[in-house]
Amino acid sequence: MSQTVIANPKIVLKDLNFHYGSYHALKSVNLSIPEKKVTAFIGPSGCGKSTLLRTFNRMYELYPKQKATGEIILDGENILDAKQDMNKLRAKVGMVFQKPTPFPMSIYDNIAFGVKLYENLNRHEMADRIEWALRKAALWEEAKNKLKQSGNSLSGGQQQRLCIARAIAVKPEVVLLDEPASALDPISTAHIEELIHELKMDYTIIIVTHNMQQAARVSDYTAYMYLGELIEFGNTDAIFTTPKKKATEDYITGKFG
Amino acid sequence: MKSTPKLFSDTYLKRQHQLDMVFRNTTRFFAFLVFALLAGIVLSLFFGSLPAIKAFGLGFLFSSEWNPVTEKFGALVPVIGTLSTSIIALLIAIPASFGIALFITELSPRWLKRPLGVAVELLAGIPSIIYGMWGLFVFAPAFADHVEPWLTDHLGNTALIGPLFQGPPMGIGMLTAGLILAIMVIPFIASVMRDVFEIVPPMLKESAYGLGATTWEVVWHVVLPYTKIGVAGGIMLGLGRALGETMAVTFVIGNSHELSTSLLMPGNSISSALANEFNEAVGKLYTSALIELGLILFLITFIVLALSKLLLMQLSKREGQQS
Amino acid sequence: MISLYARRRLINGFNLSVSLLTMVFGLFWLGWILWTLVALGFQGLNLSLFTQMTPPPGSKGGLLNAIAGSFFMTMTAALVGTPIGILAGTYLAEFGQKGWLAPTTRFINDILLSAPSIVIGLFVYEVYVISIGHFSGWAGSFALALIVIPVVVRTTENMLRLVPNSLREAAAALGAPQWKVIMLVTLRASTTGILTGILLAVARISGETAPLLFTALNNQFWSSNMNQPMANLPVVIFQFAMSPYEDWQKLAWAGALLITFAVLTLNILARAFFRQKSLSH
Repeated sequence: MSQTVIANPKIVLKDLNFHYGSYHALKSVNLSIPEKKVTAFIGPSGCGKSTLLRTFNRMYELYPKQKATGEIILDGENILDAKQDMNKLRAKVGMVFQKPTPFPMSIYDNIAFGVKLYENLNRHEMADRIEWALRKAALWEEAKNKLKQSGNSLSGGQQQRLCIARAIAVKPEVVLLDEPASALDPISTAHIEELIHELKMDYTIIIVTHNMQQAARVSDYTAYMYLGELIEFGNTDAIFTTPKKKATEDYITGKFG
Repeated sequence: MKSTPKLFSDTYLKRQHQLDMVFRNTTRFFAFLVFALLAGIVLSLFFGSLPAIKAFGLGFLFSSEWNPVTEKFGALVPVIGTLSTSIIALLIAIPASFGIALFITELSPRWLKRPLGVAVELLAGIPSIIYGMWGLFVFAPAFADHVEPWLTDHLGNTALIGPLFQGPPMGIGMLTAGLILAIMVIPFIASVMRDVFEIVPPMLKESAYGLGATTWEVVWHVVLPYTKIGVAGGIMLGLGRALGETMAVTFVIGNSHELSTSLLMPGNSISSALANEFNEAVGKLYTSALIELGLILFLITFIVLALSKLLLMQLSKREGQQS
Repeated sequence: MISLYARRRLINGFNLSVSLLTMVFGLFWLGWILWTLVALGFQGLNLSLFTQMTPPPGSKGGLLNAIAGSFFMTMTAALVGTPIGILAGTYLAEFGQKGWLAPTTRFINDILLSAPSIVIGLFVYEVYVISIGHFSGWAGSFALALIVIPVVVRTTENMLRLVPNSLREAAAALGAPQWKVIMLVTLRASTTGILTGILLAVARISGETAPLLFTALNNQFWSSNMNQPMANLPVVIFQFAMSPYEDWQKLAWAGALLITFAVLTLNILARAFFRQKSLSH
């Protein structure tokens, strides 16, 4: 299915299938995700793009009756393997959700929470790490004087950047973004998009979005999905200018979706 | 930014999984404890009442004798007392609660809804011993002076229900106990009714109003049928409360083991027999008979409350399917 | 012959007036009871209530030992019952998706929530008082704790269910093990609600009399020994009110006023606290 050859893939999906109970949500997906690039998943609602994203950190396992089969190779290891430690996997694959999810604690503690899980830092190192993460997420200037305040005291856009800071503070290798700007105003959205550009220097980023302009703006590669199948994958420019499949073209030009 | 080594060692990861297990099993243990509590209550009451069960068998339920001297005991009087006071309470509390819930959900101006809700909650919050004292010292004398003579005069000679209202106006008795129970359970029933009335989809009500229905017609023909299971659940909850209520009843029921047809006469209920006699009971059989009363009370309330819970669960399941 | 429309209007008006009357009916009792409490309770209200012990019949005294005993037992009951209730409620909300235990326990807990409190007293008498041979403050506290547990289980479960799954996912997505997700994030997010539940449970047991009759009993003197029978307000009120002595009855009314005031204040505080917190989110 993947016509585009990826030189150094970070993640390789082989024949990935996903079931919600008896519903077959992902049908034999094969895909290679390039390292330190932004890959966007687009497609109409219910096409399986979020489901696909949630297999990368096995988030679906929080719920009964959800099951993935096939292989997801991350750095040469199959993460769907039962022996794979889920917590360790999630520490390596960060995620930011559709709506901001600040924890009920201070801004400082929000970021420290994830760091403390797998690293023993002294006070000074922790303060440095928090500043670093907030700077990366372009929130430092706004938050530096209120680190002790509740994460809920920030505005919606700031909260989402706090969540991004929290995700990158643990230094993951892959960052999953599940429609990270869909609940935000245009200015905050622009902030987040700039941030994605910055972050791809260091991280492999996968973003799910409803917004095709957004996919075109931020991503290097784009995958178009429909009804649980990967229809087309390739260079974002190519997908948006010269899609190979009629279905992709129809979706992108707005004839459908 | 330099990276510190991460704690990805197998022992550390394994330890987290062990802690998960410990946490999970601890919470599971305490959930099981709640479950075991019920079994413990039933078993302990059963073993406590074994001597009485052996001595009186099923006849315990049908005998009205209660004689500590000859050690002959029967549950008929307190069981009848418990049931009849609760029925009186429901007869009054159901319409009153319906009216109150209707007023709060449909008629009250918005600004008054909260204070009225709080008032209903306050009524539920007053400790039952206060109801008992007030009933004994304030309500019963007033009731004896102003209401009971009237009841005897006007209803005492009617057919069928006449015998229920004969006798001297003493204030205390089954009717008084039932009335005070009614006041106590109104807040419970009313708040369930209010909650279930509020889940009626506005569209449903609006389409009835759209046809020109009056407020009453909407409530009676749309809201009530839609919520009837929940309303029944609320009534059962109120009944469960009324059956088990102790202090309010103990003050005013009169504590007599005589069987009487009149509601104006003193009687007894299971819980007030326990409250009054348990600490003074001498002899194994006497104590055991009282514990058996407790067992009967627990079983009756268990059935009523289980029914209430099942009805309310059915309602919320239907809700879940619709949304 | 009135028209159909007029008749419908008439029925509507009549029934809605009756509804208004039932509201007045409910408020009337509330007003009457509170008025009685204030009128009769204030007569006995004075400083000696808080400085002197319960007196023998016919003499003056206070309620100090009863107030202190109630306070000790209520606190102990809350301290014993709260952790058990929170842990059990956590199981129901966080691990209760599969298996028989969670639905069964949930069902039973709701029944225990309304079970007759006198039966709880009887149970503690059977399993505890008999085996140690005498009434005690501990027995009273255990009985009250058994009433606290279902209330706390219920609120804990409800409050945890209000925590959006996205918060659990966000914590898990950082690699947090489940016990940390629950302890540091979801339970923390429901602190206010759970505290409200604890306050309501304390309010409920502060006025409970029936379960104490066969457990803590009463004590005419000061006692801080939880292994001995312990004075407590509800039982003192019960005994004094039922007595023929005027002094005792007066004390009973003063005690009744105190206890109602305390219970209603706790109730109102709990609700105000919860509402304010939930509005700020």
